[in-house]
Amino acid sequence: MQPTVSQSAAPDYDIGKLSIVKPRHYGRWLAAAAILAILLFIVKAFADGQIAWRVVGQFFTAPAILSGLVNTIAMTVCAMALGITLGVIFAVMAMSPNPVLRGTAVLYIWFFRGTPLILQLLLWFNLALVFPRIGIPDVFSIRTVELITPFVATLLGLGINQGAYTAEVVRSGILSVDSGQTEAASAIGMTRLTALRRIVMPQAMRVIIPPVGNEVISMVKLTSIASVIQYSEILRNAQTIYYANNYVIELLFVAAIWYLAVVTVLSIGQHFLERHFGRGQRKTASAQKTGALT
Amino acid sequence: MTGAAPMLVARNLTKQFGSFTALQDVSLDISPGEVLCIIGPSGSGKSTFLRCLNQLERLDGGAVWIDGELIGYRRVGDKLHPLSDAEVARQRLATGMVFQRFNLFQHMTALQNIVEGPITVQKRPRAEVMAEALALLDRVGLADKRDAYPAQLSGGQQQRVAIARALAMKPKLMLFDEPTSALDPELVGEVLAVMRGLAGSGMTMIVVTHELGFAREVGHRVVFMDRGAVVEAGSPQQILSNPQQARTRDFITAVLN
Ligand SMILES: Nc1ncnc2c1ncn2[C@@H]1O[C@H](COP(=O)(O)OP(=O)(O)OP(=O)(O)O)[C@@H](O)[C@H]1O
Ligand SMILES: [Mg+2]
Repeated sequence: MQPTVSQSAAPDYDIGKLSIVKPRHYGRWLAAAAILAILLFIVKAFADGQIAWRVVGQFFTAPAILSGLVNTIAMTVCAMALGITLGVIFAVMAMSPNPVLRGTAVLYIWFFRGTPLILQLLLWFNLALVFPRIGIPDVFSIRTVELITPFVATLLGLGINQGAYTAEVVRSGILSVDSGQTEAASAIGMTRLTALRRIVMPQAMRVIIPPVGNEVISMVKLTSIASVIQYSEILRNAQTIYYANNYVIELLFVAAIWYLAVVTVLSIGQHFLERHFGRGQRKTASAQKTGALT
Repeated sequence: MTGAAPMLVARNLTKQFGSFTALQDVSLDISPGEVLCIIGPSGSGKSTFLRCLNQLERLDGGAVWIDGELIGYRRVGDKLHPLSDAEVARQRLATGMVFQRFNLFQHMTALQNIVEGPITVQKRPRAEVMAEALALLDRVGLADKRDAYPAQLSGGQQQRVAIARALAMKPKLMLFDEPTSALDPELVGEVLAVMRGLAGSGMTMIVVTHELGFAREVGHRVVFMDRGAVVEAGSPQQILSNPQQARTRDFITAVLN
C-alpha cells in the first residue's frame, strides 16, 4: 500500500467491533397473519356449521370404526407385502437374460397397469362366475366363493396391481446402481443373484424407498375402494353407520382423522428408513465420520 | 519364471463388439510369480483382455487356462459346454481384479468390503476372516480406516482397500486395470507402493498401466498392445528403452512427454 493514500479513503478491515443486525422477515409475518386469518375463518365456519362434534368424538373410538381401522391397516400391510414381493420378482425377471422370464414380466406389467384397479377388484371378486371350483383336479378342490372372500379378493386385486407398479420402481432402483458394483461383485466370485441380494439391492433401496413409501401411503387410502366388494375397511364401516344414523359428515370426519393419523405415523417411519439406507452416502458421511472415526 | 507350469495361458483370444474387433489373436503365457505389465494407447484392448481373463466378457475365439483349468467351458470329449453362472463364479475365485474406478461397495465400510467375499462367497469362518482382513488393512496402511465408508476415503485409500478386498479371496493371480489412472498425482505413489510390495511377495500379477517407471522397476515383462493385438513383448529394458517397432516407440515417446 502506498503511503500517499489517506487514512479516510482506506477501507476499514476490522469488523470485530461491529455487530450483525438480525434480518427482519416482514414477508413471513405477513404470510403468517394472512394464513392465520384464513384458518380462523375456516375453524369458525365449521364451529358454526351443522356439525355435531360430539358425534365425531363419540364415534371416534366406536368398535365398528376401530375394527375398520384394523382391517384397513391389515390390508395395507398385506397388499404392500404382496406388491413388494411381486415387484421385486418381476423386476428381476424383467432384467433377466432369459427371454421367457423377461416376456412374462412385460406382459404382467402391461396387463395390471393397463386396466383400472376397480375393474381388477371386481374380476377377482367374481372369479366364481368363471371358475365355480378351483384346485388341483382329482386331488383337492374348493368352491371359489368360499375361497375368494372380500379380504382375499381385495388382497389379490390391490397386491397384484401394486406389484406391477413396484416392479417398475424396483427396476429403476436396480438401474440406478453403477454397473461397476456388479462387476466388482462378480470379480469376487458372486453369482448374479448373490450380487443382486448383497450388493445391488441394498444400494438400490436408497432410490426405491421414497417412491415405495409414497405407495404405502397411497395404499392406505386405496384400500377404501374395497368397500365396493364389501370389505369392511374403515370408510365402509363409517358409511354403514351413517346410513343408520344420518351423521354423514361427522363419520366422514372420523374416518378422515384416522387416515391422517395412520399416514402421519407412516411418514415418520419412512423418514427413518431413508436414513438407514442412505448410509455410506456423501451427504450423511460427514455426520457418521465424527461418530465412527475418532 | 523358468520351467514351472504356466499360471495363465491365453491362446488366440478374439473379441468382437458388433463388427468392431477389440482383440485379435492375442496369445500370452504367464509364469507363477511373474509380473506382466501391459501398456498401449487408449482403446487398444487392454481392459478387454483383462476382462476376458476373468470372464467379465465372453470370448468370441481362443481359450484361456488358469493354473491348468480351462476357463468358461467344460470339455466333454470333443465338445465344449459353456459353464453355468455358478461355475463361472467359482472359476473367478482364481483371479482378483482391481478396477480403474475402484468399485468399492458403497454401502459397506472398508472392513465390510474386505470380508464380504470370504464370508458370503467362500463361506469361511467369520472370526478367521476378520483377523485376516485386519491384517490386510494394516498391510495396505489403512488400519485406522476400517470403519470408514468409501465416500469418506480418498481415491488412493479406496484403491488400497480394493486391493485388500481382492487379496482377501486369496487369488492365484491378480489383474490390475489402470489402478492409478483415476488418482491425483500425489496419490499414485501410495498405491504403487502397495503393488510393489505385493510383487515382492511373489504374487503373479498382470498390470495394465501408464506408469512406465513402475513397469520398468517392478515388471518382469512388458507387453505393448495396439488395435487389439500384441505388437511387441519383452523385458522392460527391451520394450521401454529399445523398442523395435515404430508404434511402440511413438507410444513411449508420447507417454514420456
Ligand atoms: N462393451 C463394449 N461395447 C462396444 N465396444 C466396446 C465395449 N468395450 C470396449 N469396446 C471397444 O473396444 C475397444 C477396446 O476397449 P478397451 O476398453 O479394452 O481399451 P483400453 O486399451 O482398455 O483403453 P483405455 O486405455 O482407454 O482404458 C475400444 O475401442 C472400445 O471402444
Ligand atoms: Mg481400459
